[in-house]
Amino acid sequence: MARKLFSMISILLAAVLALAACAPAGAKEVYYLNFKPEVAELYQKIAETYKAETGVTLKVVTAAAGTYEQTLKSEIAKADAPVLFQINGPVGYAAWKDYCADLKDTELYKHLSDKSIAVTDGGGVYGLPYVVEGYGIIYNNAVMTRYFTTAGAKAASMAEVNTFAKLKAVVEDMTAKKAELGIEGVFSSTSLKPGEDWRWQTHLANVPVYYEFKADGVDIKVPSATMEIDFAYAENFKNIFDLYLNNSTVAPTLLGSKSVDDSMAEFALGKSAMVQNGNWAWGQISGVAGNTVKAEDVKFLPIYMGVAGEEKQSISVGTENFFAINKQASAEKQKLAADFIYWLYSSAKGKAFVTNELKFIAPFDTFSETEKPTDPLAKEVIRYMSDTSLYNVAWNFVVFPNQTFKNNFGAALLQYAQGSMDWADVRQLFVDQWKIEKAKS
Amino acid sequence: MRKMPIKFYAFFVLPTAVAFLISFLIPFLLGIYLSFTEFTTVTNSRWVGVDNYVRAFSEDIDFWNALVFTAKFAVVSVALINAFAFLFAFLLTRKIRGANVFRTVFFMPNLIGGIILGYIWQLILNGILINFGVDITFDARYGFWGLVILMNWQMAGYMMIIYIAAIQNVPPELIEAASIDGAGALQTLRRITIPMVRPAFTICTFLTVTNSFKLFDQNLALTAGAPGRASSMLALDIFNTFYGRNGYEGVGQAKAVVFFLIVGLIVLLQLYFSRRKELES
Amino acid sequence: MKTNNRFGMAAVSGFLVILAAVYLAPILIVLMNSFKGRFFISDTPFAPPNGQTFVGIDNYISGIAKTGFLQAFGYSLFITVFSVGAIVLFTAMTAWCITRVKSRASSLLYYLFVFSMIVPFQMVMFTMSKMANILHLDNPLGIIVIYLGFGAGLSVFIYSGFVKSIPHEIEEAATIDGCNPVQTFFWIVLPILQPVSITVAILNAMWIWNDYLLPYLVIGNTYKTIPIAVQYLQGGYGSRDMGAMMAMLVLAIVPIVIFYLTSQQYIIKGVVAGAVKG
Repeated sequence: MARKLFSMISILLAAVLALAACAPAGAKEVYYLNFKPEVAELYQKIAETYKAETGVTLKVVTAAAGTYEQTLKSEIAKADAPVLFQINGPVGYAAWKDYCADLKDTELYKHLSDKSIAVTDGGGVYGLPYVVEGYGIIYNNAVMTRYFTTAGAKAASMAEVNTFAKLKAVVEDMTAKKAELGIEGVFSSTSLKPGEDWRWQTHLANVPVYYEFKADGVDIKVPSATMEIDFAYAENFKNIFDLYLNNSTVAPTLLGSKSVDDSMAEFALGKSAMVQNGNWAWGQISGVAGNTVKAEDVKFLPIYMGVAGEEKQSISVGTENFFAINKQASAEKQKLAADFIYWLYSSAKGKAFVTNELKFIAPFDTFSETEKPTDPLAKEVIRYMSDTSLYNVAWNFVVFPNQTFKNNFGAALLQYAQGSMDWADVRQLFVDQWKIEKAKS
Repeated sequence: MRKMPIKFYAFFVLPTAVAFLISFLIPFLLGIYLSFTEFTTVTNSRWVGVDNYVRAFSEDIDFWNALVFTAKFAVVSVALINAFAFLFAFLLTRKIRGANVFRTVFFMPNLIGGIILGYIWQLILNGILINFGVDITFDARYGFWGLVILMNWQMAGYMMIIYIAAIQNVPPELIEAASIDGAGALQTLRRITIPMVRPAFTICTFLTVTNSFKLFDQNLALTAGAPGRASSMLALDIFNTFYGRNGYEGVGQAKAVVFFLIVGLIVLLQLYFSRRKELES
Repeated sequence: MKTNNRFGMAAVSGFLVILAAVYLAPILIVLMNSFKGRFFISDTPFAPPNGQTFVGIDNYISGIAKTGFLQAFGYSLFITVFSVGAIVLFTAMTAWCITRVKSRASSLLYYLFVFSMIVPFQMVMFTMSKMANILHLDNPLGIIVIYLGFGAGLSVFIYSGFVKSIPHEIEEAATIDGCNPVQTFFWIVLPILQPVSITVAILNAMWIWNDYLLPYLVIGNTYKTIPIAVQYLQGGYGSRDMGAMMAMLVLAIVPIVIFYLTSQQYIIKGVVAGAVKG
């Protein structure tokens, strides 16, 4: 008995020590820290395919929404650090400079259609954009068509809705007629649950920031130019935000537990007619069981907030997703990572994943005209991109200070929605937090 | 066995001691050191003196908030949990049919993990609050009482078990003697049962206070600090300071040291008072 | 007096029945909601499923696939079983040794172990996960070492308290019979320690099975245990899927309930013993 126990212990001890001491090494592996939770499951499929094709293991770890920086911080300090990760533009580059390898000589960079959108510093290229996306107000054309035929409709077609004033008139009239239209509210719930508030604290907030930078002639590539902000277009933000809150499917006081998922489902089930989101949300709309929205009825409208000249405003197209390769990883690993992204964006199988499953509009010339995603939202983005009469609302949120700033602003928006914070205080918080967090990062 | 050859001593002590060294002792000492430095990884630390401690309290009110929230929470939950637990134990030690079944039911939530509990109660509480047009993130007070309810549900059964054991240890002769002397049920409870279970009361108070102070999982799952960070307790605030933002690692570590000192102080006070009581009786 | 008493008993029983129902209700409500479509849960959690909202076991299927629940269950089970095994064995050895051998090293160790019980986890969360990474302990096997180190405080404390109550004579007799300390421990002491071992095992199992932050920080990105998998549903997939969440809550509770119902006496005894000593 004793001897048995004794030998068991020694084996256990030896096993623990031996297994613990030798990390799995030698195998060809690319460790990718993925930013987009909505494609986490897909990446497992890509990893399987890539393994079958090349024998290289793709290890994909996905950070939960709003925790990318935090995850990257803890992972990159580890012995087995991510080799492929993402930065969100100049601010991300500034934070992760020490880890960003120069990608100028990579195969994929040579195929980047518009070299100006890469993250560059001096002569080097440190971030490769891997997807172009657009966001705006998604609307259900079937409901709108029904509305335009009602008595006393404030517009005759969507073409007339090209300013905030018009949008407001239409939306408020729709709210009055919601029973007739068969909807519970014009807008889907404004999800303000912590971690689910990025549509407002980042995307919606981008529009007033864009106009402020435009008015002040700020070049966002110059870090010192964006250290402070006035939030001069705060009233415009309030215009549209109030419109969302007051014409919604749910009472504003309930928004703290609403998720993006809830919001998209309301749209998919026909409970709402409009929802602000980007083309990445198509999967969430089409994936809802029992959805009543037809693909051909799903369209984009620019986010109007009552700024002069907004008739020519387009939806907001850009990218915050740039591949970066960890400079501190071994040369061999860096090569493997570069090979993987080139495979994904140039091989037939890789491109099929990008276009049909990830539904990315890829900014590389390896994709022909026919190799573009065909879902209705992506088609809308491509349509808006090719309309040269409109001006794009650039993705200036890539220079927002950091996640803390966004979270604080999101929390303030929730309190404003619940009626426990004044708008003046929200605005002040935006200005103060911007300055404070910019100074820290 | 007063002495043991060194090789045997090593055999018995080393596995635990090495693991203890790796996962507790070195990290603990390193943690104290790092609280006086600015760092992102251990290797690039730079000495900044008490700067982090100053920043922890002065830069924003989060830490104070969390401290006050936690202290209030500890007081309220100690009172309520012990009251409920004692009531359950008292009732279950009457000769009630099915006492075992009740005991099983009341104890069960204690085995469920904090994350799971948090989400269960989030569903229930939001489901109730929605009728009033609000949800748990509406006000930190909702989060506070939500946590109190959750903790009662989780801990009362555990404390009940301890009280039951204590009540059952009260010699039946004492109770009999009391009833012969004509004491009513309430009097018996006050004069005999309660004084006899005082050690159990000390234990339960101690356990609830430390558990309340260290609460993390439930807090994270139920409100995650919302609205804003108003319902963050100490542990969550430290975690968020540390991992939530760049450049705050030192401040987070300093907060953790303060947290440790607070918990340590509570334990010492507790020990002091329970010793004194033991001596008195 | 007697009727009064009987009436009182009935009232107490009634009260307890209501209380028990209140106690079980949250779990049953989650169970009920796990069969409802994910958009019919948060707003109307108290409505039973109907024709429109009933989705059968869809939530379970999608939830298991999404979270990799089976894997998470495997990790949780593996880590809990082996960590508890290691803790029981090694801390029993250590506690016996440092209680019996009176030396400066012994008492230093003892006080360090006791001290570690009062230190909150946040104090060492970063440095400990860093150590784990440097030493390559950031995998389901390595984390056992971490748990051994962390569980040592309480476990050594409980074991020591018990060892003090065992008379020396038995062990001395074994030594006279020619046993070396190792033989004495495994033949004589360990069997005597059995009731405490159960207490130690139960307390540690409850802690490790439900632990969130430690495994999250040490192995959470690669190996998700059940609590991590559940928390990850909160934003790990773009947005929260309430249906999958309900199903996962149920699946996380079921093993606990089964374990509880089958070994209730041990658990309750263990808790009492642990609490009184701790």
